[in-house]
Amino acid sequence: MNQYSNYLCNLMRLTFQQAVDWYHADLLTLGQAAQEVRWRLHPEPAVTYVVDRNINYTNVCVSGCRFCAFYRSADSPEAYVLEREALGRKIEETLALGGTQILLQGGMHPDLPFSFYEDLLRWIKDRYPIHIHGFSPPEIIHLTRISRLDLETVLRRLREAGLDTIPGGGAEILVDRVREQVSPKKGSSAEWLRVMETAHRLGMRTTATMMFGHLDTPEDRIRHLLAIRDLQDRTGGFTAFIPWSFQSGNTDLPLLPVGGTEYLRLLALSRLVLDNVPNLQSSWVTQGPKVGQVALFFGANDLGSTMIEENVVAAAGISFRLSLEEMERLITDAGFFPRQRDTYYRSVVA
Amino acid sequence: MEIHVQDPQLRPIRDKVLAKERLDLEDGLTLYQTPDLLGVGALANRVREAKNGNRAYYIVNQHINYSNICRNRCRFCAFGRDADDPLAYQMSLEDIEQKVRERLAEPISEIHIVGGIHPSLPFSYYLEMLQRIKALRPAVHLQAFTAVEIAHLAELAGKPVEETLAILTEAGLGSLPGGGAEVFSSRVRESLCAQKLPSNQWLAVCQTAHRQGLHTNATMLYGHMETEEERVDHLLALRRAQDETGGFLAFIPLAFHPKNTDLADLSGTTGVDDLKNIAVARLMLDNFPHIKSFWIMIGPKLAQIALSFGADDIDGTVVEERITHMAGAETAQALSREEILHLIREAGREPVERDTLYNVVVH
Repeated sequence: MNQYSNYLCNLMRLTFQQAVDWYHADLLTLGQAAQEVRWRLHPEPAVTYVVDRNINYTNVCVSGCRFCAFYRSADSPEAYVLEREALGRKIEETLALGGTQILLQGGMHPDLPFSFYEDLLRWIKDRYPIHIHGFSPPEIIHLTRISRLDLETVLRRLREAGLDTIPGGGAEILVDRVREQVSPKKGSSAEWLRVMETAHRLGMRTTATMMFGHLDTPEDRIRHLLAIRDLQDRTGGFTAFIPWSFQSGNTDLPLLPVGGTEYLRLLALSRLVLDNVPNLQSSWVTQGPKVGQVALFFGANDLGSTMIEENVVAAAGISFRLSLEEMERLITDAGFFPRQRDTYYRSVVA
Repeated sequence: MEIHVQDPQLRPIRDKVLAKERLDLEDGLTLYQTPDLLGVGALANRVREAKNGNRAYYIVNQHINYSNICRNRCRFCAFGRDADDPLAYQMSLEDIEQKVRERLAEPISEIHIVGGIHPSLPFSYYLEMLQRIKALRPAVHLQAFTAVEIAHLAELAGKPVEETLAILTEAGLGSLPGGGAEVFSSRVRESLCAQKLPSNQWLAVCQTAHRQGLHTNATMLYGHMETEEERVDHLLALRRAQDETGGFLAFIPLAFHPKNTDLADLSGTTGVDDLKNIAVARLMLDNFPHIKSFWIMIGPKLAQIALSFGADDIDGTVVEERITHMAGAETAQALSREEILHLIREAGREPVERDTLYNVVVH
């Protein structure tokens, strides 16, 4: 009996060691096992996507992560804080295109007060019927420092001001040895997890991400997955997991890029390990439409966002733009049917 | 080891693959139509590993596209130009020598030469091109002129293909690339490349070459207007020809790039298309030693994945490839040896530098 049928006979939780073994399995066997989990969790041959817009309210950031090509210092001529007028226009365009959410993120700006963020959320919610998926954990931690408020209070106040859900960015690799090298000012793994746990306990849903392929080992990646799985066991608050590979252009880490096989391998392993996270997203923004589509055979059931605007990845030299039709074509061509979803992965009826 | 297929329709094909039996037209259609991409990939991978083990070949080569002036003007081509087009170019023999000289210090084992069907260049141009390159770089293998160009050169020389090939070989020709096959279907050719060498003659040129001891490659351009049946027919025609003369080295499925062509309103191929074409080719072409996933065409990420779907070769470090890039390919112009080795090793394969004839290159 091979590894695949062995796996099917005991659809059980993977231990750390089993996950390591799977990581080194034959690529297609790993993919087939991941698809078994995908079909068990999502019996319909549907692949979902969300129509949204990534709005970066500022590119000023004090974090200085070595893998980031987006940030600027406050005195840089390219530094910006988005004006309300431009923000409003972006949201109106999003709604006009059938969009349901904005992904509102920015750098860790040293001078903006906490009231800026509350006012921003209220300003949006007062004007537009749109879901705000915003402020990843490093930003939330930054806000606790700026406001001198505790984490729970910050989250409560943001929620009262209009924040609906929290994106899982900034997780990078939840192993402090690696974080200390690549993003020393972004907070510890425990802090990232604590933001998510607190948000979940307040009833806010979040996603989780991983950025791999820099200074991390396969074992680090598995530790990351297990940390997400443990937290999800306690709270059930994660809607989706989104791994992506490090893009090395214009960054401080001149590494060879992670290839397609390594991405598919990690994606499929995520599907096997994260048996309690319902959705797994394919990252066509970092992988391109071809690999993004093939990922639908390696455990992914969601193609993510139409990305009306994506500044962070474009700055690192990747700028794929898929129209809605193109996204639907990729899904249909792969033998699935496309379905627009909202932030909670519910169908959107057009 | 068992092979898992999810689609029950693939089971009879799995049995045939395990028994090393030939697949037929119906099998080919089933392979194209099944939604079970990984099942098809696993079957192709079995054949790939039986033929080529864990090896993944690459080559360090130089491409020379000597002219884009072409009288055929196929509708799927973004490269060909009329002679009076402002973007038309043709390299003089001195230009070509210069290109070869520029890279003499690099360990290039092959120079790959392809161009348009030029309306006025004389036979001596082609002959001298080979001679002059060989004079500069005697050890290099010249993989030059598709079957379409060879038929044209025979016309220019006023001699039969056989004799023309003998003259070119004498001048330094080592083998023929596989281009110009497109899709053999006459329905498709009438619509897209009516001026081009007909498919039976394309095959005849290759087989003539094989009989003279020259190896050739074969290609199929997919993703335009061809049906799945026409794809399988194409593969079966190649398989029959290979049974007769045995000179094909590699099959290279070529993804159609619509940008800047007459068919620009079509969408490009998807990742699933690309992997299916690699895998189905590996399964149907049981008498072809190699299947190449050409990274220039489908990007390095997918070419790497294809090494698990039947491909055993990802071509090489290509400098100045013009034909695909004129059609809007967004891939880089060249991958370094380091990048190629990284791609292959990350896929769990063993990189093997080859020459044109798949001999291992030892430095």
